[in-house]
Amino acid sequence: MKPKNSSSQLKALVVDDDRVTRMTHEALLKKVGVESLASVENGKKAVDLHCNGQSFDLILMDKDMPVMNGVEATKQLRSMGIRDMIVGVSSSRGAENVQQFMDAGLDHFYTKPLTVDMLKAIIDKI
Amino acid sequence: MDGLVQLQKQLVDYTASLFREGFLDDQFNQLQQLQDESNPEFVVEVVTLFFEDAERLLNELSKTLDSSFPNRGQASIDFKKLDAHVHQLKGSSSSIGAQRVHSVCISFRNSCEEQNVEGCLKNLQQVRHEYSLVKTKLETLFRMEKQILEAAG
Repeated sequence: MKPKNSSSQLKALVVDDDRVTRMTHEALLKKVGVESLASVENGKKAVDLHCNGQSFDLILMDKDMPVMNGVEATKQLRSMGIRDMIVGVSSSRGAENVQQFMDAGLDHFYTKPLTVDMLKAIIDKI
Repeated sequence: MDGLVQLQKQLVDYTASLFREGFLDDQFNQLQQLQDESNPEFVVEVVTLFFEDAERLLNELSKTLDSSFPNRGQASIDFKKLDAHVHQLKGSSSSIGAQRVHSVCISFRNSCEEQNVEGCLKNLQQVRHEYSLVKTKLETLFRMEKQILEAAG
């Protein structure tokens, strides 16, 4: 019997300008059982998806992206009333950078690169 | 059978040496964990993407630094653009566990921040060198894996 919050029922969105990272994050999500996936290369496309009525259980949001970065995208999504779990993922470790990102409305922040264990911990929190 | 066992041992030893010498870090292990029956070519595919992106970025870095000639003055180099490219290369190298490339990218970003032209030129040379080494090593690794699959029949 599948538990209520089975990962296969979750819908996830990967937002990152680097295609190697997008591919890796997608594979990580599939490995932990998430079957419904989308990925986009900047914050604006993530916002546009939501404007078109899509919603997700989990967003993995990169910080530094062209067009619209993760901080700005997170702020916009929250101001639109979007309640998806948004996990910031960035290689920037500086406390100021992390705080700025968290303040934009993240639920959690993880330093890149993500691992299977980190993702399992994230899924458990949904 | 002996031949296959020999090949397998060579692969294990070779892989171990890549970790020992710092070419690869644990993130590469993470990638291998993501490869399974539903995704049997994952590691080769993602590393191939990395090669393509890295080569594009290295070209962009060369162009950005070369555009300063013949002045080579600080004023003529777009350090912001340089940093953006290095940041991307740093991110993708970290995603596949290319540790030495990643480390040079960290120094490179510092040189960009300091607007240190000579530092940037040196870092570019270093990152090209490290990239070339890890590419050769990974291609060898994939070739050995292919030989094993072929020998196993």
